Amino acid sequence: MPKDGIGASTKRREDIRFLTGKGRYTDDINLHGQAYVHFLRADVAHATLNGIETQDAASMPGVLRVFTATDFDGVGGLPCGWQITDRKGQPMQEPKHPIMAEGKIRHVGEIVAAVVAETLDQARDAAEAIVLDYDELPAVIDMKAAVQEDAPRVHDDLTSNLCYDWGFVEENKAAVDEAFLAADHVTTLELVNNRLVANPMEPRVAIGDYAAHDDSSTLYTTSQNPHVIRLLMGAFVLGIPEHKLRVVAPDVGGGFGTKIFHYAEEAFCTFAAKQLKRPVKWTSTRSEAFMSDAHGRDHVTKIQLALDAENNFTALRTDTYANMGAYLSTFAPSVPTWLHGTLMAGNYRTPLIYVNVKAVFTNTVPVDAYRGAGRPEATFQLERVIDKAARELGVDPAELRRQNFIRKDQFPYATPVAVEYDTGDYEATLNKALELSDYAGFANRHAESQARGKLRGIGLAHYIEACGIAPSNLVGQLGARAGLYESATVRVNATGGIVVMTGSHSHGQGHETSFPQVIAQMIGIEPDQVEIVHGDTANTPMGMGTYGSRSIAVGGSAMVRATEKIISKAKKIAAHILEASDADIELKDGKFSVAGTDKSLNWGDVTLAAYVPHNYPLTDLEPGLEETAFYDPSNFTYPSGCYICEVEIDPDTGKVTIERFTAADDFGNVINPMIVEGQVQGGVAQGIGQALLENCTYDSEGQLLSASYMDYAMPRASDVPMITVDHSCQTPCTHNPLGVKGCGEAGAIGSPPAVINAVLDAMHRAGKPVAHIDMPVTPAKVWAAMNA
Amino acid sequence: MKVQMRVNGRQVSGEVEGRTLLVTFLRDGQGLTGTHTGCDTSQCGACTVHVDGLQVKSCSMFAAEADGAEVTTIEGMANADGSLSVLQQAFQDHHGLQCGFCTPGMVMAAATLLEQTPEPTEAQVRHHLQGNICRCTGYHNIIKAVMAASGQQVTQVAAE
Repeated sequence: MPKDGIGASTKRREDIRFLTGKGRYTDDINLHGQAYVHFLRADVAHATLNGIETQDAASMPGVLRVFTATDFDGVGGLPCGWQITDRKGQPMQEPKHPIMAEGKIRHVGEIVAAVVAETLDQARDAAEAIVLDYDELPAVIDMKAAVQEDAPRVHDDLTSNLCYDWGFVEENKAAVDEAFLAADHVTTLELVNNRLVANPMEPRVAIGDYAAHDDSSTLYTTSQNPHVIRLLMGAFVLGIPEHKLRVVAPDVGGGFGTKIFHYAEEAFCTFAAKQLKRPVKWTSTRSEAFMSDAHGRDHVTKIQLALDAENNFTALRTDTYANMGAYLSTFAPSVPTWLHGTLMAGNYRTPLIYVNVKAVFTNTVPVDAYRGAGRPEATFQLERVIDKAARELGVDPAELRRQNFIRKDQFPYATPVAVEYDTGDYEATLNKALELSDYAGFANRHAESQARGKLRGIGLAHYIEACGIAPSNLVGQLGARAGLYESATVRVNATGGIVVMTGSHSHGQGHETSFPQVIAQMIGIEPDQVEIVHGDTANTPMGMGTYGSRSIAVGGSAMVRATEKIISKAKKIAAHILEASDADIELKDGKFSVAGTDKSLNWGDVTLAAYVPHNYPLTDLEPGLEETAFYDPSNFTYPSGCYICEVEIDPDTGKVTIERFTAADDFGNVINPMIVEGQVQGGVAQGIGQALLENCTYDSEGQLLSASYMDYAMPRASDVPMITVDHSCQTPCTHNPLGVKGCGEAGAIGSPPAVINAVLDAMHRAGKPVAHIDMPVTPAKVWAAMNA
Repeated sequence: MKVQMRVNGRQVSGEVEGRTLLVTFLRDGQGLTGTHTGCDTSQCGACTVHVDGLQVKSCSMFAAEADGAEVTTIEGMANADGSLSVLQQAFQDHHGLQCGFCTPGMVMAAATLLEQTPEPTEAQVRHHLQGNICRCTGYHNIIKAVMAASGQQVTQVAAE
């Protein structure tokens, strides 16, 4: 067996280039003859755009051309990849999403004009000479105000600012309402899931290039899914057939969802490069990123939990407003609906659930998936309302959860919100987290904090998520306009080395290291004989990319299927050479042998025979050893876990410090524990950021108040503690070949409610029974709540 | 105007405008793309380099200000034979990086810390890295890597 197969914490091979400055990120690419674009962006949120004076700018030094919306005749709007059907069976309202503002400005940061020049400084200088003639309109920012009848319209051609009013499961609504009437106890909670900006450290970049000799276009872009960009931009925006369009996403410096989507800047650079017959490059500044990257979260929710006299959950209903921003980003409509409503059962047996979501247009940046996408919003409200119920009923929050868990022997478990969990053991992760966090020893630590004049609290949260997005058949029924399989081509070279071309994309997840571990295990060779190629539509099969914790569960499964085909063919070749039957050939430790004999061939002997077919069964088998597989899962995967947070509060300042954080996750089987633990730690830090620090906020006129790192509080090294992680509770996924579930989003999903539950617990223990406090729990908010 | 400086031990020169930032000179002028630009308010630290032995955010300094200076970037941090330095190796050993974008700045900042404080405490490492934002790792493994590079037993650091 290879020493670095499945389960080994193999060091990452990609680290060498990143640690020596040899990474190749999109902004590191400079093409011969490249010009630069600077986008002039709207500085008001809502206005009628009467005219744009570009003549002065066009005549400035180095300027090649100034573009405005009228230059895009024949170019389509940016497409939305998911259509939601509302409670009445009607399709959502879907406004056009132009590359540049057409007659109207709808959010601060919207592109109004673009200057392409020889240098970036020349483009910036010229943009200052553009004169906009506009009449400012009242902006709609608050979601509930936006759905009032007399609210200003974000889109004049829509009937209202309501994108859709979605009910799920609509047929259950009456039964849910009845269960509430019959309940012994009802806990009600109103809360906000704060708007966030994903903030991968690498800002977005796009470089368009056009080759006149074969009329082909290439886009280099910071994307999590280059094939998706090729399809959307080629087919819907620019009308370039896929065989004439190549999209390359090289090293990408973090994504967290915000680099899934197709953005106007990508289409512009590709379009302008063809117009100007020059490569056109755009590099986002961080300030631009804040007002042009799709934002995340931004839900306002009322949730109610009904319980019977024995504290069993009998029903749950929620009422949510979800911000779409000014336009529908690529997958925006799916986030508050199918990625949120279907998770409202959580880890519990609640028999009746009804979820209502009103998606609203406002004069803000579009909102779409951010790490977890819908599942953090579902988990936060559910785990908060359970904690509130426990407090109201005077029971231990851990025990109230335990009592209502779906039990280990109840899997597969069909929830009332349309999904079937394949496996899980929620008590196991609860017990593991209680043990690792020394829950029993909390009283001592509380007393010690108290002696120092500090408040101390402990909070826990469970989560479940639906990952591996997803079965294409299912998402197609739910309104997805894409399939959600994944692909892999496994190419075995003559001398035995392997190249895997995968449709998954790595932007920090370490696929170049973990994917070879799987193949090494299957064949019995060392992982360094396997190389991973990804991120270029020219040399990888059509794939859907990386998001939703799907790479190993779906992309890894495709790789396994392709490798199985390789092994099957290699056995046939070996059988021929060894003059045995296929069925008698065994592959172990990279060696083919005939069962019960001492006849064997090395891996390299067989791969060489495939390409030097001198003694080869040409009548039965083609030469060569290369196979492709597309894998479409039969279900989501359902990672779950229990997170426990312990905080200290300084009563004089209201500052919350996280003293301990414990994560016990069930990810099923684990390929590389080191990488998995890193994913959880990073996710937890982002969740802590949401809970304590981060808030994307607008004023009433639609000005973005948090548009730089001076205003948007990113978690820094002193804001997060060491994080205890455990993934020893493993209930392997039953429907994919590796038994894996995915780990990328868990940390960001499970941590915010654990933090808030801990903060409220600390206040409660100090005689300040605050029922709820909205994120982020800044010192000012905590101090005010304690001194109200 | 023309500027000249020593970058990673090599004498270099180039034409710049007065407004050209040091990071732009290094990336676009010298092709040293290991130094990254992650923000425009000198908050994130991805562009951290050493100028005359001091830790500097190269987005907050004009190229002209570095005229005649000794500059070290991430490309100059490996051992002479090209192998990873102790600090770089510790980042790999302890999984102190994921997407790699903040990593050059983290390594440059941590190198300065270890020069000033050969055996820093966890709190000292966290304090020194306050000006470097990482969005991937939650800092956990970065802290471990820096402490390990200083020769300390990191299992005592982690709460795991």
